[in-house]
Amino acid sequence: MYIIIVGGGNIGYYLAKTLVAAKHEVLLLEKDRLRYRTISEELGEVVMQGDGCEVAHQNQAGFGRADAVVATTGSDDDNLVVCQMAKMEHNVPRTISRVNDPRNEKLFHKLGIDATVSSTKIIYNLIEQEVGGGEVIPLAALNRGNIEIVDIEIGAKSPVVGREIRALALPAEALIISVIRDDHAVLPSGDTRFEIGDSIIALVGADKEHELRDIFSEG
Amino acid sequence: MNILILGCGRVGSTFARLMYHEGHNVTIIDLQSEAFRRLGTKYKGKSIVGNGIDEDVLRRAGIENADVFVSASQGDNRNIMAAQIAQHVFQVKTVIARIYDPVRADRYRQLGIVTLCTTTIASGLLRDFVTTGEWGLVKDYSEEYLAAKV
Repeated sequence: MYIIIVGGGNIGYYLAKTLVAAKHEVLLLEKDRLRYRTISEELGEVVMQGDGCEVAHQNQAGFGRADAVVATTGSDDDNLVVCQMAKMEHNVPRTISRVNDPRNEKLFHKLGIDATVSSTKIIYNLIEQEVGGGEVIPLAALNRGNIEIVDIEIGAKSPVVGREIRALALPAEALIISVIRDDHAVLPSGDTRFEIGDSIIALVGADKEHELRDIFSEG
Repeated sequence: MNILILGCGRVGSTFARLMYHEGHNVTIIDLQSEAFRRLGTKYKGKSIVGNGIDEDVLRRAGIENADVFVSASQGDNRNIMAAQIAQHVFQVKTVIARIYDPVRADRYRQLGIVTLCTTTIASGLLRDFVTTGEWGLVKDYSEEYLAAKV
């Protein structure tokens, strides 16, 4: 795949290195000349100096044949315009934007950005999970953040131990897709009975996550 | 009219003074409070310190009741993003963005934002004057502005 990264800060730089190691064709666009010099010493021809919002620079960078454009700068307005121009001018199939203010995720989706990543939100989720008892771990945000995959561990004091799946009052927007027992994944049915030490993988609507957590949590 | 302006630079502040002088309800936003000095002493409209691409700041500035939103900050992308928030989140009737880059000005115009590209306007006027000896301007806006003493 040909992947263009706009913004040579730490995120863009390490992303470029990771993608190069994974044998992708990568171009990293950095606007600032000094920063460009620093990172091109290490990454060489992978880095180009230019403004990812300028159509002339986009043409030069080959946006027209890019499989994905990733905007990783520290400014949400720059990231938005990079992705919108990539879509409007070059029909790039997949645009991915870093979002610094997590509240912008919704707006960016509305404005046509294919995917957004908010490190603030990811860290917040990790903290919330620690504070909330640790039973529910959001693994990824699916369907543009509306559905999450969660991994729930059944502790000794969980009220579901010994009960069948069909006996649980699960939220309508929750689906248990697998039960992990003794390192083996089992496809569950209504009469699957929970045991201490089981792990459950479930899909759940983001706003129903707490409800799901409460069903399995200890007391 | 309720007019909300983003960016208290030369254009933003001059436009704010003009519209206030003409009796409109004007609010202007800028990241730095020092920028409001440009408004002078006769301007009695509102001024709000804050980030114009933050929905909370826009709400505090009264965007929900704005008839017109003008983004005239220093950054093209900031103006573009703020204008899209005004258009898509707050459904402001008239949304205008000052954009220096002619390509971006053209593309976002196609998305329904009124864009004012001062780069092409100034260079077009210059070309006309250089080649024909006449200004394409209908009015002398400078004379009008100075005469208004806003």
